[in-house]
Parts: sequence; C-alpha cells; structure tokens
Amino acid sequence: MRTSLTNIRYIALKEIRTYFSSPMAYVVAAAFLAITGFFFVASVSDAFSEASIRGFAAGAVFFMIFLSPALTMRLLSEEQKLGTLELLMTSPLREIEIVLGKFFAAFAMLAIMIAGTLYYVLVLFLFGVPDLGPVLTGYLGLMLYGSATLAVGLMASAVTPNQLVALVLGAGVLTAFTVIDFVSQRVSGIAAQVIDGFQLGSSFSTSDTSNFGVAEGGHFADFARGIISPGDIAYYISLTVVFLFLAVMLLEMRRWR
Amino acid sequence: MIKLEHMSKMYGDFPAVIDVSVEIQKGEIVGFLGPNGAGKTTTMRVLTGFAPPTEGTASIAGYDVVAHSLEARRHTGYLPETVPLYLDMTVTDYLKFMGHLRGMDDRWIERRLPEVIDRVKLDYYKNTHIQKLSKGYRQRVGIAQAILHEPEVLILDEPTIGIDPVQVVETRGLISELAGDHTLILSSHILPEVSAICKRVLVIHEGRIVADDEPRNLSNKLQHTERVQLAVRGAEARDVIGALRSMPFVVDVRNDSSTDGRRITSEGALPFIVDAKPGNRAVEALAKTVVGRGWGLVNLHPLPMTLEEIFLQLTTEEDVK
Repeated sequence: MRTSLTNIRYIALKEIRTYFSSPMAYVVAAAFLAITGFFFVASVSDAFSEASIRGFAAGAVFFMIFLSPALTMRLLSEEQKLGTLELLMTSPLREIEIVLGKFFAAFAMLAIMIAGTLYYVLVLFLFGVPDLGPVLTGYLGLMLYGSATLAVGLMASAVTPNQLVALVLGAGVLTAFTVIDFVSQRVSGIAAQVIDGFQLGSSFSTSDTSNFGVAEGGHFADFARGIISPGDIAYYISLTVVFLFLAVMLLEMRRWR
Repeated sequence: MIKLEHMSKMYGDFPAVIDVSVEIQKGEIVGFLGPNGAGKTTTMRVLTGFAPPTEGTASIAGYDVVAHSLEARRHTGYLPETVPLYLDMTVTDYLKFMGHLRGMDDRWIERRLPEVIDRVKLDYYKNTHIQKLSKGYRQRVGIAQAILHEPEVLILDEPTIGIDPVQVVETRGLISELAGDHTLILSSHILPEVSAICKRVLVIHEGRIVADDEPRNLSNKLQHTERVQLAVRGAEARDVIGALRSMPFVVDVRNDSSTDGRRITSEGALPFIVDAKPGNRAVEALAKTVVGRGWGLVNLHPLPMTLEEIFLQLTTEEDVK
C-alpha cells in the first residue's frame, strides 16, 4: 500500500498546475505586490523613517485577510460544484490527504508571492542599513501567519460549493480574529488577556494609523520587532492545525449526511 | 464479489434505500432498473464508499465499504451520474492524475493509458482540454477514468443519460465490450438499455428491490404479475415453493428474506413472496392450497405495489435504432 504522502503530493502538484493555468493566481499576486509595495513605500519614504520591513509586513498582514481566502476559495468549493469531490472521495484517498494536498499547494503559491517581496529587502540593503534580525523574523512570521490564514480559507471552502461565499466566510472569520481586541478593550482582567491571546494580527486600533511601521497587538507584532516567541509560533501553528482539522471534518460529514 | 446485507440508507428521516440484500458474483453484469428517485444512485454511492449505509453492510471483493473503505475503493471503478471532470485539464493529464490517485505508479500508467485511450476511442482528443469536448466524449473520458486502474468492479450510474442517440449506441457498445473484464453494475431508467446489456436485472422501486431476474423473464413479469406475500407454518420451504409453483397461474415463488418478511411471521413460520398472473384470484387460490396441504397459514396479503405500476414509470421505448 502506498504512503499517503504520495497522494498528498499528487493533489498538491495538480493544484499548483491549476493555479498557474488560471488568471486568478496572477491577479491575486499582482494585487498582493501592489498593495504591499504601497505599504512599503509609505513606511520608508519619510526622511527619518527606519530601514525595516515593518511597514510592508503590516500591509501584508492586513491584505492576507482577503488574499488567503481568495487563494483557497476554489480549492474545495469547485470540487463540490463540479461533482469531482465524489470522484476524490470514492478514490482510495483519505480526507486528510485531500485537505493537506490542497493546503500545501496554496501555501506554495503564497510562498512564491512572498518571495516576490524580497525585492523590497534588496532596496533596503541598497539604500539603507537595515537590521537583518527583524527582516528574517518578519518573513518567518509572514509564513506562519499565512499558513494560519490559508487554513481558515480552506475550511471556508469546505463549507460551500459557492466560491464567493467561501471567500466572504473566510475573510469574515479572519477579520473577526483580527478585530477581537475591540472586545478585549471593553472587558478587564483575565478575560481581556485571554481574548487578546486569540488575536491574529494587529487591527490598527491600538496603534497610530498614520505610521504604518508601528502595528501593535496580535501575535504578529513580535515577529515584526525581531522577536521569536514560542507562544506566537504555537498560536499560528495551532490555528493552522485546528482549521485544517475542521476542513477534514467537514468533508467527512458530507459522507454521513 | 459484491454483497449487500440488509442495507438501508436514510437521508435524515427519508429512507432512500430500505433493507436491500443482494449478492453479485464475479463477472456478472447487473442492471439497476428503476424510475428516477428509486434509490439506484444511493445504492451505488453506498457501494463506492461515498455514503456509508445507515444500517446493514456492503462489501466489495470481500472488503467492507466502511471498515476497509480504502481497500474496497481500490477495487472499484466508478462513473457518477454527473460525469466529474476537471475541465481545465487535458484528457491525458486528467487520466494520469486519476491513475495516481487510484494508486497506480508511473510505469503502470505508462502501459495502461494508451490501452484505455484506444479502447474508448479518444486517441484524437488525448491532448485536448476536456472543456472543449462534447458531452459524448466527456462521457468516454469518464468511462476511461473508471476502468483505468483495472478494477474488478465497475459501477456506472446512468452512463447514457443526456448524450445524443448515436453516442448512446456507441457507449452501449463500449460498455458491452467492457463487461467481459469486470463485474459490472449499471443503472438506468430505460428498460431496453438494461435488457440489451445486462444478464441480470434488479428492479428498484421506492428504495426496495422488487424484482431480480433475467431481462427476458422480467419483461413478462413486469407486465403481467400481481404479488402476494404469505407466511406458512409447519412446512419445509422447498415443499411450499414446490407446491405453489405447480399452480398454473403462479409465475414465481421465493423466500422473503427482508425484514418486512420477518415481521409478518410468528415463531416457526416461513415468509414467501409469490408472483402470479393477474385475474386469477391468487389470494383465494393460494389460501386454499396452503390450508389443503394441512399447513398453517399465518399471514396472507396482496402487496399493494405491483410491478406493473413501476413498469408504467419506466421508459420502455426509445427512439434510438
């Protein structure tokens, strides 16, 4: 019997090929680079601005709320709509292999887009003296943050055959995780800390929005500062695992309806 | 090769399939015949592992479709009613992908793919995007993915629905050719189609199997029978079957192994189903025979749903020549 890794690889490769053969991925990538580019320029174009990727990272974190569900919305919704899910689910495949294959494909696409932003780092090194630490941790944080947001998007895609509904649902869940500090500000003590612990990224509510470089709150802030905290890593990985597991459960539930 | 034991499938409160028990031997070509909504697709979905049974069991090649689902699926090729295709892939890419998912290695695919493409006559279109193919050709791609991994069991759900008459004839020819290599189940609501391809037909109506016979017997039965259920105490099953079969208007007698059959019997009694030609007061005559032999007549009643009613709902004629 073949290992499930082989199946995951076949599904991932097929999805990556589909990404490159449809205009969607190019449009999303172009929008991602344009928007993060704007955030980057805005954060370093002052005379006294610091040479860091924090401005770009803040923009990326914000935009991924929409970008990640846009990358994943097709993955399981279309299978349901075309009826090909019936084909996958009657092939000798486990649901988790389907979900992981699709997740890795989306993650590869995201990684390629993020790799496109290395250009900003090049600019920083050419025209300034950036601190390498926060750049590296920033990128590590973006990958972890990206994987969590993709998992949420993939879960949303498992819910419905309608891609648009999947997009809105995914972005909605991510927005809720991001603006959760609006709730924590209105309670006190332990409850506020617990709620803050669930915050995905900065909602800008606690920072000075005129300065894109300073985005406090959420588990991303420390990565942007150059700090690797096990808590932040564990948070993003847990979120990824939980939502991928939900996607697997949703597929399995389809059998039992 | 294929076995269903007291299998029922509920969708919420709606029973789609009720207490179906069937055994299909290796190499058999079986048609599921019934009007739309009869439970054909549901039964197929249970067999392919897409939807587990609510009650009872189903197995393919000895593997239970729930407990050993992956093994059972490995032995099955399946063409769902709406042919599931990735429209943005070419025929070859699609079949390679499906082959990989069915556990085929590259060498096996390399050897098998040309055979299959040749068999379904898709050679000219093998590098065409599926999007550009007509419905009939898409159907062939669907059949190709089902037979690619050389499965022992082939399950085709309404394989000729929605394609044009010429392609219907071609598809039937193709299925007949395939029949030699597989244990094959196909579903249809068209009587002549099933008669032409299958050696054995299960008529499914409202989730139950109401007839199980060769096509030529079936056509007679479908048009000219009424059905009686009875339970007899104090006799051997073969004596009862023998006695009732010898009655002139009786077409068929058999043991009733369904739960419904068990329900009408009290201790020690055996349930039977009798198909009889209509207009012979079958109920009265059967009662007389059973009592006359000195057996205990525990239960006797005509079944409300006759094959004739189902027959009326089937498509019995077609314009395909």
